[in-house]
Amino acid sequence: MSQNHFELFGLSPKFNIELATLESNYRKIQSESHPDRFVTASPADKLQSLQLATLANEAYQTLKNPANRAKYLLELQGIEAIAETNTAMPLDFLMQQMEWRETLEEAKATKDISALENLLREMQQEAKLLQSELGLQIDDKQDYVSATDATRKLIFIDKVYSDINKAIEQLEATL
Amino acid sequence: MALLQISEPGMSAAPHQHKLAVGIDLGTTNSLVATVRSGLSNVLNDEHGHALLPSVVHYLDESTVDVGFSAQKQQNLDPHNTIVSVKRFMGRGLKDLDISQLPYRFTEASGMVQIETRAGIKSPVEISSEILKALKTRAELALGGELVGAVITVPAYFDDAQRQATKDAARLAGINVLRLLNEPTAAAVAYGLDNASEGVYVIYDLGGGTFDVSILKLSKGVFEVLATNGDSALGGDDFDHRIFCWLLETAKLTPRNAHDTRLLLSKAREAKEWLTEHSEANISCLLSDGEFVNLTLSTDEFIALTANLIQKTLSPTRKAMRDAGLNIDDINGVVMVGGATRMPQIRKTVAEYFKQTPLTNLDPDKVVALGAAIQANILAGNKSDEDLLLLDVIPLSLGLETYGGLTEKVIHRNSTLPVARAQEFTTYKDGQTAMSIHVVQGERELVSDCRSLARFELRGIPPMVAGAARIRVTFTVDADGLLSVSARETSTNVEANIAVKPSYGLSEDEITDMLKASFNSAESDKKARMLAEARVAAGAILEAVSMALAADSGLLSIEEKQAIEAEMQRLALIKETQDADAIHKAVEVLNQATEAFAAARMNASVSRALAGKKLDSINM
Repeated sequence: MSQNHFELFGLSPKFNIELATLESNYRKIQSESHPDRFVTASPADKLQSLQLATLANEAYQTLKNPANRAKYLLELQGIEAIAETNTAMPLDFLMQQMEWRETLEEAKATKDISALENLLREMQQEAKLLQSELGLQIDDKQDYVSATDATRKLIFIDKVYSDINKAIEQLEATL
Repeated sequence: MALLQISEPGMSAAPHQHKLAVGIDLGTTNSLVATVRSGLSNVLNDEHGHALLPSVVHYLDESTVDVGFSAQKQQNLDPHNTIVSVKRFMGRGLKDLDISQLPYRFTEASGMVQIETRAGIKSPVEISSEILKALKTRAELALGGELVGAVITVPAYFDDAQRQATKDAARLAGINVLRLLNEPTAAAVAYGLDNASEGVYVIYDLGGGTFDVSILKLSKGVFEVLATNGDSALGGDDFDHRIFCWLLETAKLTPRNAHDTRLLLSKAREAKEWLTEHSEANISCLLSDGEFVNLTLSTDEFIALTANLIQKTLSPTRKAMRDAGLNIDDINGVVMVGGATRMPQIRKTVAEYFKQTPLTNLDPDKVVALGAAIQANILAGNKSDEDLLLLDVIPLSLGLETYGGLTEKVIHRNSTLPVARAQEFTTYKDGQTAMSIHVVQGERELVSDCRSLARFELRGIPPMVAGAARIRVTFTVDADGLLSVSARETSTNVEANIAVKPSYGLSEDEITDMLKASFNSAESDKKARMLAEARVAAGAILEAVSMALAADSGLLSIEEKQAIEAEMQRLALIKETQDADAIHKAVEVLNQATEAFAAARMNASVSRALAGKKLDSINM
């Protein structure tokens, strides 16, 4: 099957997708392809099942997460959003990054969980703004240059988000 | 239009016979077997009406093994040869265990502990297989026939080594494993189907030796695990142990012999169970040197002794909630599983954390086996009203060792199974033809803090300048949560050889040796067995392919169909000969002949499933 992830789930390749349709079609494909359905089947059927169920999981995770979805849409356009040769970020965003990192380090040092939780909420709001920009840039204007910028920012925010969560986890473990 | 010709799924020409399949809860303290009869999941009792089989194995002499209640009675009298809570040792090495208070004589082999007994050195895999054999016998007697297979439950937080050891034990017991199923997921199946629940549920499962917490989303028969966490070395046993230490301290007892240790631990367990419904427990016993112990433990003292054990379950619970991205008010219900959740202080702590009364309407000892039986019934292919699908996750991240003893994660915890990830490597020296890869499991940054799963040697890399070779290593974790690895040199497309050196457990040869030893067979028996196995494999593929043809032969041209039928006829003939090798080869030929058909069938069924949705939305 040489389909892309959107085709697999019967969706058009857009940033703004119906998450409910994605989820329900993912479940339908798993209902047909999951290895549990092929426990007594022939080895060829078992292999097909393993491959498709694995692909469906991978595709679902890619499309469900907005940053991964944007990155994948750009890949379909032949653009590597996080290629090693392509890491330039606008100066204001770099400044912003440094601020977030400083806040994170400070909260870690002072063991301030509520500061970390505030930072999480800030990241969520930033992510929402970027996502609405991406919807316009990719779906309406096909402006892939701006979309590449926004995608990189979103990936970075995801990274900070998981670092904050990790810090909270570590702090809770020492309580 | 083709869209309207949706064929009945699972419709087949051959009439279906009910296949005997069971669910087995292989527990730390007790084990159970259950099956679905007349649409209902039931635990199978022994001839005395007992549902629980104590997970205790007693080696009476070199060739006699006893399992269950009678073995349990021997644990104080013959502690060295009576193994309790063997599940704690599955897939574990000496460095993983605190053995200071245990009455066994330990050694170590292939990274797993072994126990010296009267019947020789026994691995946890062998000891567990005795429990599984007893359950298999019980089931076959009760059901009046041979089992086609079993679903065996494991703690969700079991790592690859512990899962593999469980599967090995089943193989050694002669059980066909349909699936390794996570205990909390099994409980959710039993609970969810019983209550027709929808929404997000937390399964809090504190067993004899393990703690799991899983968060599941239940919707229209799909049980999707959102996150799981736990502690595979925390359970009811630890509560006994706290009382045991309190006894030693309060009665000012010096370290005892194995017999006294066992006796005091049994008394501790009795006191713990008594305190579930009483405010104080009297503990009295006579030690081997004639010293009489007589103490009273109050509920308040017990709660104080064990408070931090209960707190220890909340940290994995918080992690699972965070991984699932959920808040306390998103949770529709909390289900209590495992005998240890009978302790009132645990129910109270869980109720306080989740701000709701936990659900305890199913027997916490039986719910896992009941759920496993439901899944076994479906997997074995028995028709069921329940259209049930379980989407489970990998509990611990898989990673690779990189420079400086650091891990690089390849597959993250809580990824839905099955999952595969490819990683590219290159050579760092000119002409390098081999490299070694170390796979570990765990969340920590240092390799030494994670569990070593396997070391792979990649050989046969074509000699090139440093950095030119591109070796693509693919890690696949199947629906049992077990890892397999394959590798390919992509610039020349040479398949690199993989030499697998498991860091733990049994090699394929060791299993074969043990199987041989257990059958104690002569060469001719071995041949007969191999022939029988080959015929079973041939019968299975012939049945599967004829069912596939009956359902979907429309996807094949006449020539394609004839080619497959010709191979089927050939295999059917060879199957009747005495040549096991030839049968295996013909199975493989038929398998290859059906690969394209299998792909076409999968495509067709997926298109049908998605097309069904479009039809619905038009009608709406």
